[in-house]
Amino acid sequence: MPERVLDVKNLKIDFHTYAGEVKAIRDVSFHLNQGETLAIVGESGSGKSVTTRSVIGLLARNAKIMGGEINFHGKNLLDISEREWQKIRGNEIAMIFQDPMTSLDPTMKIGQQIAEPLIKHKGASKKEAWAKALDMMKAVGIPDAEERINQYPHQFSGGMRQRIVIAIALICEPEILLADEPTTALDVTVQAEILDLMKDLQKRVKTSIIFITHDLGVVAGMADRVAVMYAGEFLEYGTVDDIFYNPQHPYAWGLINSMPTLESNTLESIPGTPPDLLDPPKGDPFAPRNKYAMKIDVERKPPFFKVSDTHYAATWLLAPGAPKVEPPEEIQRRWKKFKLMKENGQIQN
Amino acid sequence: MPENKKLLQVKHLKQYFKNGRTITKAVDDVSFDIYEGETFGLVGESGSGKTTTGRSILQLYNPTSGEVIFEGKNVENLNKKDEKLKFRRDAQMIFQDPYASLNPRMTVEDIIAEGLDIHHLVKNKEQRRARVEELLETVGLNKSHASRFPHEFSGGQRQRIGIARALAVEPKFIVADEPISALDVSIQAQVVNLMIDLQKKHGLTYLFIAHDLSMVKFISDRIGVMHFGKLLEVGPADDVYDKPLHDYTKSLISAVPIPDPEIERNRKRIVYDADKEERDGKKRTMHEIRPGHFVRCADDEVAHYQKVAESYE
Repeated sequence: MPERVLDVKNLKIDFHTYAGEVKAIRDVSFHLNQGETLAIVGESGSGKSVTTRSVIGLLARNAKIMGGEINFHGKNLLDISEREWQKIRGNEIAMIFQDPMTSLDPTMKIGQQIAEPLIKHKGASKKEAWAKALDMMKAVGIPDAEERINQYPHQFSGGMRQRIVIAIALICEPEILLADEPTTALDVTVQAEILDLMKDLQKRVKTSIIFITHDLGVVAGMADRVAVMYAGEFLEYGTVDDIFYNPQHPYAWGLINSMPTLESNTLESIPGTPPDLLDPPKGDPFAPRNKYAMKIDVERKPPFFKVSDTHYAATWLLAPGAPKVEPPEEIQRRWKKFKLMKENGQIQN
Repeated sequence: MPENKKLLQVKHLKQYFKNGRTITKAVDDVSFDIYEGETFGLVGESGSGKTTTGRSILQLYNPTSGEVIFEGKNVENLNKKDEKLKFRRDAQMIFQDPYASLNPRMTVEDIIAEGLDIHHLVKNKEQRRARVEELLETVGLNKSHASRFPHEFSGGQRQRIGIARALAVEPKFIVADEPISALDVSIQAQVVNLMIDLQKKHGLTYLFIAHDLSMVKFISDRIGVMHFGKLLEVGPADDVYDKPLHDYTKSLISAVPIPDPEIERNRKRIVYDADKEERDGKKRTMHEIRPGHFVRCADDEVAHYQKVAESYE
């Protein structure tokens, strides 16, 4: 059994708004294994950003924790004081934000910004920290680092800025790195470079990553395990092969099916829009948009059914005695591939 | 492939912007044609000039030089007021950001009907209302939405309003500038499918601008690839995507993440060195390598690209 660096149990978070209580996170449990990348996929408003922000203690002021635990090194992160947070944040748990244009301080030299966590957390002298910052800049692939360490953020392109943000996040060699859509604002070629860089540094620094994105293509390349999030809940989780080749929840089918692939000539869209979390649905939250939905989906929330040792999905379709439904063609093609991979021993369990 | 009637011809289009003492060559000598009823996809990274090209075609900028010919007429020299008005009616735009492109102080009815009013397409209030309701239904919204304001809608719904507004004046040609990049995955497919349906129903011609290559390939008949203000490759969508000629196109395609872990594990990225082509100072123009498939190259590079094309056979 791999060691767990993070264990989240039954997390519930509400947001207080003028319209009422928005139930953003509704009973979410997951863990993060040492050295792995866990991707959380979902649409905007599904709660993936809120989930990760709670792991680094950066929730908005109107957020209220309604229950649950976030266990890290025997501590429940939901109980600790801001002073304790300051020792963890940027040191043991670090974060890369989506927009490299706004997540750097425009008035500070980038050398200072990269060195700051070392001075704050590791008690390094300015000189030591500066030298390490220079090494880090080289490690993240910034050319002419000696010269550019004295420059300001506006002198860098978007891709270079994201490299700097990564350098800042990794300089203390954190145990957990949270990456919230780190490449969404970048061009595809730059995105590919940044993703390669992250994989490379993950091996070197031996950090575990929670990677948030809505781009299934990025997930396929980055993740060891994947969790599919919708309307504040996890609907399905498993290894990257489980989710991409053997998806079980109709929402996962819909997501995969709404992306153009090389083989398919049609684009299936998911009708409707996600539910309003001011008044969340009682049953399976995807039921109103789900053409495979049964009566029980609307009435009762499905528990997680076990597909394999690594793979769980919350859909009544997996209940004993549930009717057999025919998933979309693209999904059937992927199921076939999964069977084949299993027979060839490419997939264990 | 639709029949070969050219709806739009772009000839040596240049759009420079003065920025203090420096001149930015946002679009630098770009030529291509768009045939009636087809979707022409324009891809490239940010700063490649694809949006500027779309805007210059619609005369939202005054092109520095070059010609834009729509239905046989140069749109820059439309002298008569009614000719200008006709072009403005025939060519419409769908914008990228559905949050910024709808006036928050206007109702949906007024947003959609603005074009109807300007072009005097409705005679009275009842007709106006009826036409707006018809358009709302065409794009999959509800009649009752007409009296609401943009903030009451989600991103996907707003983009539908933007599409309804473009459709209101019964255009022939629509420039869609990244119409789906601000939307969620499940909603993107809805909007793309809607655009395809409308094209079939109304015989529309699209210029579809995007950076998402897989979606562009899906919707387009032909694709043009832009980089640093220049058009590098043009051809049928499948050819450009499956049999790319230019190194830049190859690098772009190799960087697109595919939602398939096995493909991703075996992905080999091709890196393009833009300087290489700039340094040698050769004069490069478009050459047809395979039928309908053009690449920007120097005369002595044609043989090389022919070999590249043959390697796919």
